[in-house]
Amino acid sequence: MRQDFGSVRPAAFSRAFLYRTIRDFFAARDVVEVETPVLSSAGNTDPQLESFRTDGQPPAWLRTSPEFFHKRLLAQHGFDLFEIGKAFRQGESSTRHNPEFSLLEWYRLGFTMTALMQEVEQLLQTVYAAFRKNLQPPQFFRYGEVFAEHTGLSPFTASLAHLQAACRSAGYSGQALERDHCLDLLFSLQVQPQLPQDCAVFVSHYPASQAALAQLDPENNQQALRFECFVDGLELANGYQELTDPAEQLRRFEADASTRQRNGLVSVPPDEKFLAALHHGLPACSGVALGLDRLLMLVTGAASIDEVLWFSWADS
Amino acid sequence: MATYSTNEFRSGLKLLLDGDPYTIIENEFVKPGKGQAFNRVKLRNLKTGRVLEKTFKSGESVEAADVMERDMEYLYTDGEFYHFMDPNSYEQFEAPASAVGDNAKWLKEQDTCTVVLWNNVPLIVEPPNFVELKIVETDPGVRGDTSGGGGKPATLETGAVVRVPLFVPEGEVIKVDTRSGEYVGRVKS
Repeated sequence: MRQDFGSVRPAAFSRAFLYRTIRDFFAARDVVEVETPVLSSAGNTDPQLESFRTDGQPPAWLRTSPEFFHKRLLAQHGFDLFEIGKAFRQGESSTRHNPEFSLLEWYRLGFTMTALMQEVEQLLQTVYAAFRKNLQPPQFFRYGEVFAEHTGLSPFTASLAHLQAACRSAGYSGQALERDHCLDLLFSLQVQPQLPQDCAVFVSHYPASQAALAQLDPENNQQALRFECFVDGLELANGYQELTDPAEQLRRFEADASTRQRNGLVSVPPDEKFLAALHHGLPACSGVALGLDRLLMLVTGAASIDEVLWFSWADS
Repeated sequence: MATYSTNEFRSGLKLLLDGDPYTIIENEFVKPGKGQAFNRVKLRNLKTGRVLEKTFKSGESVEAADVMERDMEYLYTDGEFYHFMDPNSYEQFEAPASAVGDNAKWLKEQDTCTVVLWNNVPLIVEPPNFVELKIVETDPGVRGDTSGGGGKPATLETGAVVRVPLFVPEGEVIKVDTRSGEYVGRVKS
């Protein structure tokens, strides 16, 4: 019989129960659990993520997510897969961030972004029910519409000067921000806190400049088939209808590299093995990464990520 | 020019913004998973006391305000300035009335105050949490009334007016909490 672990501290008991619930969910759907390397010979080029690099020879990187390994498996073997594992991001520490954190990542062959959002919702409903918690029906928004609703500006057509002025009004202090950073600031400070509560909120069709590893929308190439899921103001999951075009992927890696150079960040070579896998052929699929520490915070009512960790970052 | 990077931000850190000194009350790290990181900071203006929120791009540096707190002995006022002395260095400082504000009514010579210095000039003067002051004027109490309910106003040697129980007479030294302005008790001499 399942017990109500939701109110029990320490939270590690809740964690074990959460993971069991997730594994049951995927077992029932024939999604195979995999375990891929935490230590990789390639880093993440994304200029917004700072990897930890090891001292050893040759140098290795602690993964910021298992996505490249997953896509290599998909290209080679083509099966639905998921992983529960650790990921690492330097400099991210707060009541909702820990530099070492637990991620659930999964990929579904032939799924559209919409189908995957629905599966995320089903997983959340399953987890909430297991913890005897209620989650209202989901709400779906497009990035452009929810951004305009709360800021009065279109993320696609507003001028840079207007966006920068809005950032100043929101309390930004410092040198003028570039366009995407304006969007990040306004979304974080003015949109995210206003999203509906007590349900999963899906925001999709991010601006193409924030596509990351998502395909562009064939109906409107200003937008990417990327979504995020928020619950009670917490950013919980980020998913893509995956980019499968190796030439476009290479262009994005090169754009990352020039952004890194421009901003004086560590240069990170692109993952050649991942690019080779794309050349070999990544089947049409969608994938998503979901923060497990944050999901645990939600179902246990923890106010800080430290409450769901046996050892906080400061204590590690 | 000393600066602090956002990753050094913590409560109590003193920053210089638009020419004014501020102290950090709260620092929140905000970052979309795939986006730019920011530090959202709640700050108190040390000159005006006003609280505001500012957001900085993570990794940027902000000028530090040369602000420090020191315990000093209150010497005297010449009517325009309040004079303090650092008991360790014997260095003397003049605080303008604006730095002392309402706290002037608690200042008694030789008491130890906390003086916040900005660029080596007193910016804020905080009196001790508890001061012992003599009552210079109050109505005679009703003998035998020790209930303390209601009380009566009493003017203290520094000019402050506090409510004291009816039985406390003129000439008595009392202890007052300067944070609430409330009578704590009589000081046995």
